[in-house]
Amino acid sequence: MSDTTARPGEPKRRAWYEKDAKLSRRHAADKRLRAYGIAAIVFALGMLATLVGTILITAAPAVTQTMVTLDVVVPEGAVDPSDPRGGSYQKILNESIARIFPEVDTPREKRELRQLFSNGGQYALRDKVVSDPSLIGQAFAITFPLSDIGDQLHKGVIDRDLPRDQRRVSDEQIGWYDRLVEQGRISAPLNWGMIFNADSRFPELAGLWGALVGSFYALLICFLVSFPVGISAAVYLEEFAPKNRLTDLIEVNINNLAAVPSIVFGLLGLAVFLNFFGMPRSAPIVGGLVLSLMTLPTIIIATRAALKAVPPSIREAAIGVGASKMQTVGHHVLPLAMPGILTGTIIGLAQALGETAPLLLIGMNAFITAAPDSMFNPSTALPTQIYIWADSPERGFTSRTSAAIIVLLGFLVCMNAIAIYMRKRFERRW
Amino acid sequence: MTTLDTTEASGMIMNKTAEDAGTLAKAATSARAGNETKIAATNVSVFYGEKQALFDVSIDIPARQVMAFIGPSGCGKSTFLRCINRMNDTIDICSVTGTIEIDGANIYDPKIDPVLLRARVGMVFQKPNPFPKSIYDNIAYGPRIHGVAKNGSAMDQIVETSLSRAGLWNEVKDRLHEPGTGLSGGQQQRLCIARAIAVNPDVILMDEPCSALDPIATAKVEELIDELREQYTIVIVTHSMQQAARVSQKAAFFHLGKLIEVDETEKMFTNPTDQRTQDYITGRFG
Repeated sequence: MSDTTARPGEPKRRAWYEKDAKLSRRHAADKRLRAYGIAAIVFALGMLATLVGTILITAAPAVTQTMVTLDVVVPEGAVDPSDPRGGSYQKILNESIARIFPEVDTPREKRELRQLFSNGGQYALRDKVVSDPSLIGQAFAITFPLSDIGDQLHKGVIDRDLPRDQRRVSDEQIGWYDRLVEQGRISAPLNWGMIFNADSRFPELAGLWGALVGSFYALLICFLVSFPVGISAAVYLEEFAPKNRLTDLIEVNINNLAAVPSIVFGLLGLAVFLNFFGMPRSAPIVGGLVLSLMTLPTIIIATRAALKAVPPSIREAAIGVGASKMQTVGHHVLPLAMPGILTGTIIGLAQALGETAPLLLIGMNAFITAAPDSMFNPSTALPTQIYIWADSPERGFTSRTSAAIIVLLGFLVCMNAIAIYMRKRFERRW
Repeated sequence: MTTLDTTEASGMIMNKTAEDAGTLAKAATSARAGNETKIAATNVSVFYGEKQALFDVSIDIPARQVMAFIGPSGCGKSTFLRCINRMNDTIDICSVTGTIEIDGANIYDPKIDPVLLRARVGMVFQKPNPFPKSIYDNIAYGPRIHGVAKNGSAMDQIVETSLSRAGLWNEVKDRLHEPGTGLSGGQQQRLCIARAIAVNPDVILMDEPCSALDPIATAKVEELIDELREQYTIVIVTHSMQQAARVSQKAAFFHLGKLIEVDETEKMFTNPTDQRTQDYITGRFG
């Protein structure tokens, strides 16, 4: 800088501690950079909060399910005690509904009245009688869900002040509902059916159980296939394979596989597992196999990184006391790499859990009203269930879709938390 | 060559015990001074890919003495040391020519299984590298994989003997099941020496065993080396001329991949034959 060298005739030289414009600009640049960083983080957090907040608000109505309690009488003749499954339970329910609303007599009104109660009522009654046949001939109370419109009415989602032609319920239905409330027949307990029911056409009956079981089976298959295969491949490539063009090619391809769009794996699964091997459509086993194809590169890459992180001194130590290559890897390298491998595996499985596109292609978005008995039965998975519900027109599915998203996110957060915990817990320093 | 079938391998184990008996008998008859040659290397050259790292090294290493390899960095002394138990096999691009005979058997013979060789030729590394396991398991690992002893009192005995010989028993006997990585650097290095002698080798190779240790720990390890030469043939690579002078009976000076001079340590340090040795020892380079 010219001003630091004092020449005769020039103004007095500045002391070393006096700031000049250049220094101020440097500090300003620092501050600006920090401000950009903070702004980016605030923006990202804001978007995340908006997303999660929206989902939570939308899902809130699904936390409870509006139920109605009816007094029913199962007449002796209506149900055969030796075969209680065969009774006409809808008729029994209709009779007890008619006792509350004796004035309803036209067919149109009767139909509208029935719309207020869930179609699942008859099955709730049937199951109760089947489990306890001594109820035949007695009067007892039964609690079952209101239908979607009843549920929405109770939760205030349907605005009863709207003109009739803009709302889904008639004035009569509102009146009947109010009478049920007056009689203390309406309750809104926690919505366990949302978790423990299988899917249904009726939102008040629809639950995630089938999807949870399907996802569990699919992830189990995915783990059983990709974990051993992935580790074997990684151990071979990292510890045994000679370094030549072939192994380089394999390595590049594995890295590329990790970037292949998941729908391509779905097409592959469709072509190979379903069409060529003739495996069952929509089954978790196929879903698991397709997901394992996707998870394999993740596991291989994570395992190789974990193996690389084991210091060579440990390998030398083992070889130095006369361990064979296999013993060195099996006794020392692999156990030390295991935390890293498991972390990678869990993250891979978490990805697989949230994967939708390949499952759509192999038909795991079918409408299936029972949880699969085995991994060969048709089923849905959590993300495909969300996809199906998001596509359904009933109002009740709006909140249930968001609730299902929360369940899925919950599983993902748990899996990632386990991965982080294991990384912290078993992290080693040499 | 690592794919020996089991009958052959077990045959070699029997050979080994027979040879052990032979060496023991020889040890009993021969003089303490160790005139007999334990390791005889002839025209050993090592290549890393195209690059030659070691040029026609021929050297006789006497039994039950300490032989020190000295020389400036990159002179090939560690490379040659690692040829003696075929550690270089683990490097893909490394190839070795020439012969190294231990008790008359060429260790680069295709019939030799490096796993058995390494049980006879133990190694201690530059940085202490205990397994991240308990002290007990560190020692027991070698005997266990070689089937010398199963767990139990026989193994306890081996662990105690090895640790005692390494001068570590009194320091760790109350915490055998604590991790070996929790010991101090010097203790870790002695643990590594104990681990090497637990498989009952004839030869112990040490690759700058004290370069990561403080002077007190170094003194302990040197003392230990001096005791161990009663039973083992020791080859030590060191950067410290003082250390070579303190612990070794014979010394070999390497320079630029060539073996320049081998002699009694005392003679080499007082009256070297080669000008380069003199320059190195007097600190003119290296």
